[in-house]
Amino acid sequence: MRRSKLLTSVLAPLIAIFISFAIASIVLLVVDIDPLTAYQAMWTFGTSTESLVSMVNRAIPLFVSALAVAVGFKMGLFNIGVEGAYLLAALVAAYFGALFVLPSVLHVFAILLIGMAVGAIWNGLAGWLKVKRGVHEVISTIMLNFIGFSLSAYLFLEHFQQEREGLIVATSAIPASGWIPSLNPVLAWFGVEPRAGTELHGFLIIAIVLGVIYHYLVNRSRFGFDLRASGINPSAAHASGVNPKRMVVATMVISGAMAGLVGMSTLLGFTHRYVQDFPSGFGFTGIAVALLGRNHPVGIAFGALLFGFLERSSIILDLENVPREIVTIFFGVVVLAVVIVYEVVARYATRRAVAAAARATAELEEAPAA
Amino acid sequence: MASEPAIQLSGVTKRYPGVVANRDVELTVQSGEVHAIVGENGAGKSTLVKIIYGMIRPDEGTVRIRGRETHFKTPKDAIDSGIGMVHQHFMLADNLTVLENIILGSEPRKGMEIDFRSASDRIREIGEKYGLNLDPSVKVEKLSVGERQRVEILKVLYRGARILILDEPTAVLVPQEVDDLFASIRDLKTEGETVIFISHKLDEVLAIADSITVMRMGQTVATTTPSQVDSRQLAELMIGSELPTPETRESTVQDQVVLDVSGLSLVTETGRQVLRDISFQIRRGEIVGIAGVEGNGQGPLVDSLIGLEQVATGRMILNGDDDLVDDEARDRRMKGMGLIPEDRHRQGLLLSSPLWENAALGHQYGAPFAKGPWIDKRGARRQTEAIIARFGVKTPGPDILATALSGGNQQKLVVGREIMADPAVLIAAQPTRGIDIGAQAAVWEELKTARANGMAILLISADLDELIGLSDTIYVLFEGEFVARLDPNEVTPEVLGSYMTGARSGAAS
Repeated sequence: MRRSKLLTSVLAPLIAIFISFAIASIVLLVVDIDPLTAYQAMWTFGTSTESLVSMVNRAIPLFVSALAVAVGFKMGLFNIGVEGAYLLAALVAAYFGALFVLPSVLHVFAILLIGMAVGAIWNGLAGWLKVKRGVHEVISTIMLNFIGFSLSAYLFLEHFQQEREGLIVATSAIPASGWIPSLNPVLAWFGVEPRAGTELHGFLIIAIVLGVIYHYLVNRSRFGFDLRASGINPSAAHASGVNPKRMVVATMVISGAMAGLVGMSTLLGFTHRYVQDFPSGFGFTGIAVALLGRNHPVGIAFGALLFGFLERSSIILDLENVPREIVTIFFGVVVLAVVIVYEVVARYATRRAVAAAARATAELEEAPAA
Repeated sequence: MASEPAIQLSGVTKRYPGVVANRDVELTVQSGEVHAIVGENGAGKSTLVKIIYGMIRPDEGTVRIRGRETHFKTPKDAIDSGIGMVHQHFMLADNLTVLENIILGSEPRKGMEIDFRSASDRIREIGEKYGLNLDPSVKVEKLSVGERQRVEILKVLYRGARILILDEPTAVLVPQEVDDLFASIRDLKTEGETVIFISHKLDEVLAIADSITVMRMGQTVATTTPSQVDSRQLAELMIGSELPTPETRESTVQDQVVLDVSGLSLVTETGRQVLRDISFQIRRGEIVGIAGVEGNGQGPLVDSLIGLEQVATGRMILNGDDDLVDDEARDRRMKGMGLIPEDRHRQGLLLSSPLWENAALGHQYGAPFAKGPWIDKRGARRQTEAIIARFGVKTPGPDILATALSGGNQQKLVVGREIMADPAVLIAAQPTRGIDIGAQAAVWEELKTARANGMAILLISADLDELIGLSDTIYVLFEGEFVARLDPNEVTPEVLGSYMTGARSGAAS
């Protein structure tokens, strides 16, 4: 058991990443670039202190987004709506968060709660539509993304934007009590001092806590048992007393609440207000990261860090006259490879487990009855 | 004609992890005979048949069809060699006519169009030749189970089969329909066709077969003829030991009514009334049996009782005062309704999860499987070990995935978890379906013990012997209604069968 688990959880992603490197190398060779030079440049640049901090900062929203997607995956729901939910949540939280002042920790939590509520409502809508009207969540969340983008744009441009400093369009700034401080002082204890302007987002702590909550909720709680059972065999879960409709709504609400936190590291740790070019795309990339991490929080953390590393280190490629798109290709290939390799390895592991059980059973059959 | 056997298998071996497959199978089927292959569920009959029909390729051994060694890759190769198979579960499109179903996939063409006329003529011709009379223009949804089976046989003959494999053809039929089927098989034989008849019902085999091959644990253990053996000897060949019986001797029925169902009706979303005014009581220590041809409301009845369907009307009083009709499945579970589902893979198990999680399924709301809002893994594993020990589930431990167990062991786990939870009412739907005789006997024993300990049990079964043997009272369900209440001590499978088809009705006891 243990060994086969190790096989799937460690060996499979390594094989997948190796395959991805191989394919990326072929692509580079085709465009007449020495892959080793490119990788070396990425590695050298990517492992500097500033790059590592940047890697973690980039990984945080991806990690949260992937957790939101993974909750849905665990019960067989495909929530594509994280993107729309987090952008809307970030905007609304930024607007309301700037309206009041509270003691610092409380202020942060109030803003986080607003974000979670918006996300929960937005994705909960998709759950409600599925239960009431039988609308497939893939369709409804895609549509809700479009509506969310438009609604954000409307609210932002017509109601929430407060300041014009030159060309920057933004909501008014959240008071400092609502900011999350950077973790640079913690880094300093360990003797790591990045250059000025490079800050490790304090939201990292909240993200780690979220990962722990996710683990306990999904793998240890009764709710998580119902959730996983519904994902593995909906009919059996139903027969065991799980109300499938309530489960769909609850899962979408939880997924949405997590989605509402995706933009918070940027908002509370960096921009302190919603800006017109607020970073987008975390919701979609989160799906890839959830696949990469196989819905397991540790796997998702590694997946998010890998994506963060590649994103950051790809900056150097321009200077080396290597097209940065190679990293985009790499993202695609690594996700495909992981999905395929996992399937192959999981089948192999299951076959072995079945064979082992059969052998053990055969021994029991042959043993004389007591 | 008799020179070359129609089918000859020698040394055929097929290995699978975890299941009894085939080991050194020897089988000779003469041309123009009805050859029965008998064995318990799981003895390897299905694997053997799938090898003949090209669905599975053997690891070792040779398959000869009319003397020629063959290596079928797909069923199409087998069909081209004149082998046809009638599956236990029909593969027909309900909304198409008999004619359309038969020609589906091999439509005769005239130019760009389908030549329905010549197809229709050929079907009538084949029907007359083999005594399989059916109107080709009727829609399949209008046909009875026996007639549907005839469509399947016609379909196979239409494709030119001279060797027919009938996989458990009587499993879905009531006794009267079985007689019709046997008449057709005799007609086929008269016309020189070869029939392979798979069954585990020995009386039927003795009635129809010219020769019999017995399988046990993946091997062919004997080849005989009906004149050489009686059903008792055949059974002993099959199981290698004494035959267990489902019978319960003395009554343990007490006065106290545990479940009182009255006026239960269910109309589906499409407006079809699938249950009509169902009323019955189960007392402590009583097994109430429900007989019925599949599809007459058994599924909706179980779903209504366990809370998977919202019941339109009716009452369901548990222990005298608690009406469960408006409760959700989960509340009913917690109040003491247990379920052994009819299809363990669909409703009873999480195949890719470990046994301890499967043991918790349906009981994840409290001790020993949960503490407060958390799953209690240690308690769950301990309870799983207790189930494994008491019910003889053959497994190395509670962490094995459910998919790794054989069907019988999976069923023992499901039965075990429900009985160990000690529900007030246990709904046992097809509790011994698809498991071997050893496991079947164990399940019967456990149901009897639970009954003796005062459990109220609703038994729904297609196995009439099981139903008559275990039940204290039998109701017959026909088209969503109870058409008879019978005393199992006085009823025979034939009488039960006539109620099940609607040929007889009214309360008799």
